[in-house]
Amino acid sequence: MSTDKNDVLLNIKDMVIDGFSDEKWHEIIKGVDLTLKKGEVLGLIGESGAGKSTLGLAAMGFARPGCRLTSGEIWFDGVDLMKQSESAKQKLRGARIAYVAQSAAAAFNPAHTLMDQTIEAGVRHGLVTADEAREDAKKLFAAMDLPDPNNIGDRYPHQVSGGQLQRAMTAMAMASRPDLIIFDEPTTALDVTTQVNVLAAMRNAVEQFGTAAIYITHDLAVVAQMADRIKVLRYGVEVEEADTQTMLSDPKEAYTRSLWSVRSIEKEGHSVDDKILEIKGITAAYGKIPVLKNVSIPVSRGKTVSIVGESGSGKSTAARVITGLLPQMEGEVLFNGKPLPLRLKDRSRDQLQRIQMIYQSADTAMNPRQTVGEIIGRPVEFYTGKSGKAAQLRVKELLEMIELDESFLDRYPGELSGGQKQRICIARALAAEPELIICDEVTSALDQIVQEGILKLLMNLQETLGVSYIFITHDIATVRAISDEVVVMYQGEVIEQGSKEEIFQPPHPAYTELLLASVPEMEVGWLERTIDTLGEKRAAMG
Amino acid sequence: MSTSEGYTAKDEVGQVRVRRTWAQRTWIDLKKAPPTAWLGMIVITAYLIVALFAPLIAPYGEAEITPNSYAPWGGDHMFGTDQIGRDILSRLIFGARNTIGIALATTFLAFLIGGGFALVAAISRGWTDQFLSRVVDVLMAIPSLIFALMLLSIFGSNVTSLIVIIAVLDSTRVFRLTRAVAMNVVVMEYVEAAKLRGEGLGWIMRREILPNIMPPLVAEFGLRFSFVFLTIAALSFLGVGIQPPTADWGSMVRENASLIQFAQFDLRAGITPLLPASAIAILTIAVNFVVDWFLMKTSGLHDEH
Repeated sequence: MSTDKNDVLLNIKDMVIDGFSDEKWHEIIKGVDLTLKKGEVLGLIGESGAGKSTLGLAAMGFARPGCRLTSGEIWFDGVDLMKQSESAKQKLRGARIAYVAQSAAAAFNPAHTLMDQTIEAGVRHGLVTADEAREDAKKLFAAMDLPDPNNIGDRYPHQVSGGQLQRAMTAMAMASRPDLIIFDEPTTALDVTTQVNVLAAMRNAVEQFGTAAIYITHDLAVVAQMADRIKVLRYGVEVEEADTQTMLSDPKEAYTRSLWSVRSIEKEGHSVDDKILEIKGITAAYGKIPVLKNVSIPVSRGKTVSIVGESGSGKSTAARVITGLLPQMEGEVLFNGKPLPLRLKDRSRDQLQRIQMIYQSADTAMNPRQTVGEIIGRPVEFYTGKSGKAAQLRVKELLEMIELDESFLDRYPGELSGGQKQRICIARALAAEPELIICDEVTSALDQIVQEGILKLLMNLQETLGVSYIFITHDIATVRAISDEVVVMYQGEVIEQGSKEEIFQPPHPAYTELLLASVPEMEVGWLERTIDTLGEKRAAMG
Repeated sequence: MSTSEGYTAKDEVGQVRVRRTWAQRTWIDLKKAPPTAWLGMIVITAYLIVALFAPLIAPYGEAEITPNSYAPWGGDHMFGTDQIGRDILSRLIFGARNTIGIALATTFLAFLIGGGFALVAAISRGWTDQFLSRVVDVLMAIPSLIFALMLLSIFGSNVTSLIVIIAVLDSTRVFRLTRAVAMNVVVMEYVEAAKLRGEGLGWIMRREILPNIMPPLVAEFGLRFSFVFLTIAALSFLGVGIQPPTADWGSMVRENASLIQFAQFDLRAGITPLLPASAIAILTIAVNFVVDWFLMKTSGLHDEH
């Protein structure tokens, strides 16, 4: 395989892709061109619905069910995939073009070992024998920085962590030494501390084998580390394209600049002595496995406390203890100075009303068979006893507070966008007129621009209503944006807590240090500079 | 309220779909229904009309005895008369009313008992669920027809005990299905949100869970109806179901079964006992056609576009 950087590997011309919905075909991709040279990495960014995944799959000549490649040309190494038969395209996929999906956990078959799945494509395509493929896979596992590369292949997908699985999937894609790999949001579901390692491993592998790649993501800082060039998509059309350096320092289009400016929300942190909620010395367990060990968190009235940590750190469990879903074994939860009953069913309606919760996934947090009017109307009716006209008026008022209007009243959740759904969830929480809202990763599932809108809304509401927030997140940028106080959790314990200024000022405990240093920055070359120091920090933690 | 430049939640989705009314959506679904489903629906409607307007349609009364018993087909009696001179056609028509009516009532009751307990089991889990599920296991372990025969001979063969006994026995299967599908819904965050709000068991059952598990339950209702219908007919045939003089298809088959031997002399007389039997068969098949279509539509097991 030649690695001459000037050879064009993939050339997509005037691509049009249709999607089927509402019993009609709609254009999803409206005439996009894309060129990729050998060994080059192209970053494809845009919000959800921009068509970046659809375009990525089209590079393999593939349209997912409900989509069709309508017109255009897909030249891959001198052949037009649009004119190839399905079987000819299948020979290319997995052999010369590989795909790395967002959720490795869902993409692996739980019934087979990693090794069997890694070598499957190469053996099926008849490129290598099973034994050769196995030896090669071990080398790839080592190249992907997986622990115990000689034996890890014998494990099943559930026996390795999410980050390891994502690396194993990249190894799988690499197994047939493809000319092109399509990465579709491969690190979106990972913790920051894990993400860095996966990024570094993928970057190394791509460089080592001279593979060209299309890297699809909505995280700009990540794409800045991975891509040589960046293409911005919106509503199925190209906004602009430039090499990474130019794109970061000097974006031409207003839309691109708005993407770049997202992480710019700032506010000064304040703490007050008046505490609305204090959890003191909480220990809690699922069965016999302790998940929270002697955790104490105070929440100032009208302020925001962020609880940060990776998955499994116990931050969501803390929320479950506060709401009474998981009774603690030791310690107490004081609300307005008075202890709350352990169990949900022992709490009065008044106590329930004052603490509300907003979930990460608005999709599962709203009953798909209830209209927006019913979803927001129920807590109004349930807690405030309003009914009929008075309740309707209140629901409209709440819709205005979340910057939507009454035309949404009779919509079902399925008819709303992600940001709108999350807004409805916020309105449902506000309907109870609470004093404290627990926000559990409320922005994690959303695009950056939508995230910004939601965060600004929450901050405005705090200003006007004086409501306090507990903000559970793993995203450092969000913490910086909205918190007054910060609590860092790791493996069920509080590592560090204090005002935002204190937490972000060195010196840090080892874990906070690692966490802060793992957040990708918006500049080219950050990953190369940082990865070694991160390794040292990790080692320092033991 | 301030919004960021270039971004508002309202224009996040450019154009919003216009939602069709319930009637429009139903009509679109119906237009796309396969011919078998249409056939099924027409047959069921015909049966329902006959059942509802039986006294207007039937030429004779339900138990009206005419002087000539075992009259041949034709003349005053289109399908002849039975052993004590009752008009077969009239009894077929009234039979629709009784058999379908009792089967419907039984199925409703079975769903009320089975579905209700299943939702309670799914929401409360723990010991309640264990207890209810094991009771159902025990009931299901006994062959239901024999169990029904036994219970009917203990409590006597009247319509009420017939309905209650078959409903209880059939509710076990409804319980299993409802519990299984409800289990997938109770883990959803909106159910947790309702619990956090302090909602009672009744609200969570009716408003949060039930609307989300309706499609499989409706399909099961159709199937269950067919089975109940067959069970009643079988029990009547065995003589412990619906008692004379009430007209019913199962007992009509039994009463006229001996006529089949006369087929060698008069073919049409031989066919007579088969008439109520085919009435049962046709309705069962029609219900199944409709259920099949409904299941296909809601389970998403159809071909991609």
